[in-house]
Amino acid sequence: MQKFSAWSLLKKSFGGHKGWQSQWRRATPKPEYDAIIVGGGGHGLGAAYYLAAEHGLTNIAVLEKGWIGGGNTGRNTTIIRSNYLFDESARLYDHSLKMWNDLAQVLNYNVMFSPRGVMMLAHTVHDVQVIKRHVHANRCNGVDNAWLTPAQAKEFCPPLNIDDNIRYPVMGAALQRSGGTARHDAVAWGYARAADALGVDIIENCEVTGIRRDANGAVEALETSRGLIKSRKVGVSAAGNTSVVLGLAGVRLPLESFPLQALVSEPIKPVFPCVVMSNSIHAYVSQSDKGELVIGAGTDAYTSYTQRGALHINAHTLEAICELFPMFRRMRMLRNWGGIVDVTPDRSPIIAKTPVQGLYVNCGWGTGGFKATPGSAHVFAWTIAKDEPHPINAPFTIERFRDGTLIDEAAAAAVAH
Amino acid sequence: MLVIQCPFCGPRPELEFAHGGEAHIARPSDPASVTIEEWGAFLYLRKNTRGVHAERWRHVRGCGRFFNALRDTTTDQFIATYKAGEAPPASATGGAV
Repeated sequence: MQKFSAWSLLKKSFGGHKGWQSQWRRATPKPEYDAIIVGGGGHGLGAAYYLAAEHGLTNIAVLEKGWIGGGNTGRNTTIIRSNYLFDESARLYDHSLKMWNDLAQVLNYNVMFSPRGVMMLAHTVHDVQVIKRHVHANRCNGVDNAWLTPAQAKEFCPPLNIDDNIRYPVMGAALQRSGGTARHDAVAWGYARAADALGVDIIENCEVTGIRRDANGAVEALETSRGLIKSRKVGVSAAGNTSVVLGLAGVRLPLESFPLQALVSEPIKPVFPCVVMSNSIHAYVSQSDKGELVIGAGTDAYTSYTQRGALHINAHTLEAICELFPMFRRMRMLRNWGGIVDVTPDRSPIIAKTPVQGLYVNCGWGTGGFKATPGSAHVFAWTIAKDEPHPINAPFTIERFRDGTLIDEAAAAAVAH
Repeated sequence: MLVIQCPFCGPRPELEFAHGGEAHIARPSDPASVTIEEWGAFLYLRKNTRGVHAERWRHVRGCGRFFNALRDTTTDQFIATYKAGEAPPASATGGAV
């Protein structure tokens, strides 16, 4: 792997920037691996990286049906925060938030992590009560979060409209200063490059079409569009298509896949200093380093695998944004797109062993998986390597839906859904 | 936006409807006698079909009635809608559901 540094950039600039290598090899599948990750998004590539870097498993492959960074990793609004209500969630998401801080150094790749602050708005008395409860719960768990009055919110984010006479006036906000954004593509590319350097085969355009099991029911091989690949350990990190992949092994999951849309505006000068989220009126907005407003909407109403959604969902979000930030009313939107997110009934993920020996799953991240990429990948790699969950992901089982031990962030309403 | 054929009112825009999740999930008639696995599956496990999916809709801003639909989740195209309590039209699916 060519090390990236200011010095290497300067040196290559004298040679007309020729001589940069591909960031990862174009690998062809070997007949057998010690472990295979299905799904080349951030979570899957990260899991492969940590398996190699921390657990010494280097004969592994990542199979990606499309191309690296072409799924939800490259389709999200890049919001990073950890202000979840329940203890289990706080541990998981804060584990991830801490890993973002030095991820660029660890991967030698600029993931552009920018802890610029994530502000969640309250518009009703109920919102105020719920968000204050979150602030207190977060502080008990050592997660940074603070309550702001409307005036303080406007001081932190000057474009915010705090007039009393809008449809949903701002009654206050919670601010997690350590939250922010990162460059989503760079996260996928950085993990892919670092994993490749440790010997991981990254195999694009390779769709899993079957899961072969031995006489005892354990996983022994994957049938793929590029032939049969043997492995006794398979970790599935396939986001919206997880139900389909695990269906190949006869495992049913409490998941439904919905389209989630996002859009970006034309690029403008820096005007928007932080991330603002409003769960009540479904608006999520920040400004990228390129200058575009990055806007997230809510999920569409129905399950789908189409990677597109209805325009009225975006229109609804833009109405909310125009009211909260009147200066954006005349901006034009450039592009919109959809990703397919796998949603669990309690809106918490599943990072666990499955009933099939050797088959592991990391899914159910719903509308908020990007923020968890490093932490999720880290504990998933642990689960695969040791065949038992890390203490942080131990509560995030499939069996919680049988036993009733839900981690009900859906009811807690800190999450976007 | 989808155009949905309500079996009672005819074609209407998606905005008038609420999606009701997977269709044909029967509540166990005697909940006390089912196992914890069966009850958990009834509550939470879903087919999440990639392809032709039978699902409930409610014409909430119209006649208010529930009905079922077959929709291809890879194209969002409706294949058929039919009244609650009826079996999915086999001709529309080739018996796939």
